[in-house]
Amino acid sequence: MLDIEIDGKATQVAPGSTIMDAAELVGAYIPHFCYHKKLTIAANCRMCLVQVEKAPKPMPACATPVTNGMKVFTHSQLAVDAQKGVMEFLLINHPLDCPICDQGGECQLQDLAVGYGGSASRFQEAKRVVFQKDVGPLISMQEMTRCIHCTRCVRFGQEVAGVMELGMANRNMHSEIQTFVGRTVDSELSGNMIDLCPVGALTSKPFRYSARSWELSRRKSVSPHDSLGSNLTVQVKLDRVMRVLPRENEEVNECWISDKDRFSYQGLNSPERLQRPMIRVDGALREVEWTVALDYVAHALKDIARTHSGEAIAALGSPHATLEELFLLQKLTHGMGSGSVDFRPRRRDFSADGKRAGTPWLGLKLAEIKDLDAALVVGSFLRKDHPLFAQRLRQLAKGSATQKAGRVSLISVTGDDPLIKLHAHLTVAPADLAAALAGVVKAVAQLKGAGVPAGLENCEISENSQAIAGSLVGGETGEKRRAIFLGNVADQSAQAGALHALAAELARLTGATLGFIGEAANSVGGYVAKALPTALNAYEMFAQPRQAYVLLGVEPELDCHNPQQAVAALKQAALVVMLTPFASDAMKAYADVLLPTAPFSETSGSFVNCEGRLQSFKGVCRPLGDARPAWKVLRVLGNLLDLPGFAYDSSEQIRDEIVPQGTDFVGGLDNGVGGLALATGGERPALQRIAEVPIYSSDPLVRRAPALQQTADAAAPTARICAATLAQLGIADGAAVRVTQGQGTALLTARADASVPPGCVRVAAAHATTAALGEMFGPINVERA
Amino acid sequence: MAILGALNPMLTVGLDAASDSAWRLDAYVKRGGYAALKKILAEKTPPEQVTAEVKKSFLRGRGGAGFPTGLKWSFMPKAYAGDKYVVCNSDEGEPGTFKDRDLLLFNPHSVIEGMIIAGYAMGAGCGYNYIHGEVWAVYTRFEEALAEAAAAGLLGKNILGSGFDFQLFAHHGYGAYICGEETALLESIEGKKGQPRYKPPFPASFGLYGKPTTINNTETFAAVPFIINMGGDAYLETGKPNNGGTKLFSVSGHVNKPGNYEVPLGTPFSTLLEMAGGMRGGRQLKACIPGGSSAPVLPGTIMMDCTMDYDSIAKAGSMLGSGAVIVMDETTCMVKALERLSYFYYEESCGQCTPCREGTNWMYRIISRIEHAQGRPDDLDLLTSMTPNIMGRTICALGDAAAMPVQSFVKHFRDEFAYHIENKKCLVPPDVQRAGSGFFKATV
Repeated sequence: MLDIEIDGKATQVAPGSTIMDAAELVGAYIPHFCYHKKLTIAANCRMCLVQVEKAPKPMPACATPVTNGMKVFTHSQLAVDAQKGVMEFLLINHPLDCPICDQGGECQLQDLAVGYGGSASRFQEAKRVVFQKDVGPLISMQEMTRCIHCTRCVRFGQEVAGVMELGMANRNMHSEIQTFVGRTVDSELSGNMIDLCPVGALTSKPFRYSARSWELSRRKSVSPHDSLGSNLTVQVKLDRVMRVLPRENEEVNECWISDKDRFSYQGLNSPERLQRPMIRVDGALREVEWTVALDYVAHALKDIARTHSGEAIAALGSPHATLEELFLLQKLTHGMGSGSVDFRPRRRDFSADGKRAGTPWLGLKLAEIKDLDAALVVGSFLRKDHPLFAQRLRQLAKGSATQKAGRVSLISVTGDDPLIKLHAHLTVAPADLAAALAGVVKAVAQLKGAGVPAGLENCEISENSQAIAGSLVGGETGEKRRAIFLGNVADQSAQAGALHALAAELARLTGATLGFIGEAANSVGGYVAKALPTALNAYEMFAQPRQAYVLLGVEPELDCHNPQQAVAALKQAALVVMLTPFASDAMKAYADVLLPTAPFSETSGSFVNCEGRLQSFKGVCRPLGDARPAWKVLRVLGNLLDLPGFAYDSSEQIRDEIVPQGTDFVGGLDNGVGGLALATGGERPALQRIAEVPIYSSDPLVRRAPALQQTADAAAPTARICAATLAQLGIADGAAVRVTQGQGTALLTARADASVPPGCVRVAAAHATTAALGEMFGPINVERA
Repeated sequence: MAILGALNPMLTVGLDAASDSAWRLDAYVKRGGYAALKKILAEKTPPEQVTAEVKKSFLRGRGGAGFPTGLKWSFMPKAYAGDKYVVCNSDEGEPGTFKDRDLLLFNPHSVIEGMIIAGYAMGAGCGYNYIHGEVWAVYTRFEEALAEAAAAGLLGKNILGSGFDFQLFAHHGYGAYICGEETALLESIEGKKGQPRYKPPFPASFGLYGKPTTINNTETFAAVPFIINMGGDAYLETGKPNNGGTKLFSVSGHVNKPGNYEVPLGTPFSTLLEMAGGMRGGRQLKACIPGGSSAPVLPGTIMMDCTMDYDSIAKAGSMLGSGAVIVMDETTCMVKALERLSYFYYEESCGQCTPCREGTNWMYRIISRIEHAQGRPDDLDLLTSMTPNIMGRTICALGDAAAMPVQSFVKHFRDEFAYHIENKKCLVPPDVQRAGSGFFKATV
């Protein structure tokens, strides 16, 4: 440890620390712009100049390493003169029009100018003007004249997002931050650059000039999107969500959030928001009072249970629904005498159900990822499925001065670049996913000198499988930490059970941790709420059509594994009750009752993130129109159905019934599985569909966020096929094609795409243009239109 | 040929000014070239001894900073297991400086030999010569010289059967002044935007591609073979204490024979001026910038008392820098001269650090204002109070380089600036200036 004294306060810091680190320890504030704790040191703004004893000139605190016995003065005459000198230079070309700047009131430059700026400017020349740039629908670069060239945005792209989309062009005072000629900023983490920008140069396009920062109430919330459970600060004005910002939580989202978390709030005020209950009367949906609607639902459900049986009723919840909602949904369903309740609409293979040792989860804490020596991800569109989880793996693969790098490998169904420095990347057709993983298992068994596990005798070991096996086995230090993560594709695939069993075997052989990344905000919570089938599961309840369906927060034509089958089942049903914040035309075609429920911003509830962390939140504003929190709707329904145990006063009361009070992490987490034979998967169809869930189509809320829908990631689906397969099919790149699965077709454009494995057609799911199609990874037919 | 004269020369000894082939390998060998390398390799001189010899010679960096070369070499980690690099900085962009251009054009093998010896001394197996992008002929000739050396077995694997490997590559920039800053130069070789890195870490521990690297000026490397041949002590004796050897001076401005001159360090300025043919038109020496445009200007009377070495010039309040002697006679308008210099630094600032990015432009605009009859009474105070906020406040020395001329011009020629501001015109009448420029017929 090194001794250092800052402004007379002594402390000790580890070797390698900078003066800035030490100042933070003793609570001395040093003004700065370019320095950011999560980014590399640039030392270019020069605002953090301080006096160091024996140094002839002021030193930048952010970049000067502490030496033993160093004495630092942050407010001496020399230091303050240097800081004021820099501030003068920063301000000479900066517009001094804070009252009309969108950043005004939350601007680092404005704040520090109060302390270090002069009362009048000595600069009397004309100021520099920098042209505005259009970099897409999320970030506004309308006022680049305000830029102070701190390069935080550039470094964020290079270091955190993994792709350098912004750079500083030109020299001297004509330096400009810009994209490579005319390109947009497409990173799924791009919005963080807005937070990082210390001035009003990069601002939020959807938010800018819609409110002043001091008019906004800041309220805590949790992201309802991916399984990370990013902590949010939701800013509200007059009961309307105006903006979403990250709430720092080093153990979960650090200080970042993905663009999905940040900009999805726009969907909260979508014109498709359902504001009044509706029931179908004489074939048409009519708005009715809540009491009428709930009475109608209670009577109709009772009728069906009586005339058929309880098993004629099925309930499907969304994995984005809260713990409390899913708990009440399963309680209601079971109360009606049905065991057909599920919360995993995109799942196809349920063979692990009933064989799991506990609730499937990530297997470790998010904060432990950085300590891994090796990680293998199986079946995931990493960046698009889990932007911030991928970011943690990116940092792991890169390593740093203080952190050893780990080897990250990926087995995926497309060659999409995860922007992670991969040790090995194996791309196979979805049907070959289990075989590919089996190859790794076999290679590991051979490396370990163990016998080849039964069932894997015939599987082949590719060069990449061998490399992955090598990274997982490595040196026998015993200290090594390794992990195997199963992604969304692995969960959604028809081989989910086989993949689970193989990954468990691989984990057993290597001593690695097995984990599920989890698809949605409550993918773990659904298991905790026991929203699980004892009769028909999420797939079977549509394959074997029921009389009545209760749907909570799902849009079946977009959220189900086989939308064609789901919509057909709903259309034949006598009763379809939908608890939903949104009503689309598609939903109105088959729904008999539409009950307006509150999205995450208007209700209290809890999500359990992938690491088992229970995060409860409160509503940040009043429900829109007559919408009501879904837990209240389900409670009243339970009461109207005379079911016992529905007397709840608050969502907290429900939560406390599910998990003990004071729980931070839920119990019963276990990824073990028993009684599943090791298998390498079934037959491969002539042409197999690869259906990714596009990042901005993954749940009803993001699908309705206009800005996100204008991004490159939200482009309409195409049929992407590798050149060889295209040639076999006799289809030209760019040709119009008719894509068929079962009875459903979609008219799309064929695109040659080298990242798609041969014999596969990549057609996105969860999009209106492909909603008529069938299974996500099923056989598919492509012909010229 | 722009090497016009020499006094006890080393670097240019025996060079035939008229010959087209004097730069070639055989001519260099005839002049005694590669003897030093052959001697070291044949005698298997321990690398530390080579460095010690350079230390003894008191060879100081010829690029401008004047840092002792032997000391710099000794910073390289000896036990480092990975690659190490030797980089030659031929990115000669300082206004007034054109010595490396001629050295590479007329005696490229001396640089190659010096770099191989440096590689040997520091255990580096690879070198780069980064050549300024605006002197293309120099780059192509250096490539030719490299090919000659490689063909003669002087470069590559197992040099002259000694078991020592050294690869050398030429790399050209695109003319950015900032790429002459050693860490910006490294960034540029790596294919990135030429912007200086923050130090520490210094290149000796984290240099090219993150590996230990030593960067020296072209002329520094060229001096190394002579030190090995004659011994460090003899080299030092050529100059004066603490200022070993000879140096190339690029004399430009109002002299009769502008060009490069090689003289031992410590030679009186008056001797150098005489070699350059004396003042043009027999006019008076008004001012001189002794070390390239970033060195503070000295009034003629002070300059005439100086000898050309690091210590004497520093004592007079300037620096020897790269040895670019810019001579100005009485027909020079100091405001206009400074305006041109300030424009250069404003234009060439990389834009990274706030004080330099914003300050160089501000300085230029104030000086330009004064020159163009728009000056304000408090402009000189503004300049003198602003320049200290740039000096020493930036990552690299470009901020200092930009501020020093301004400070020194205003200090030594304050009356001329004040006259400009008050009278909205030059102290030196425009026709006198035109006559002095040499482009017009002299009338004074």
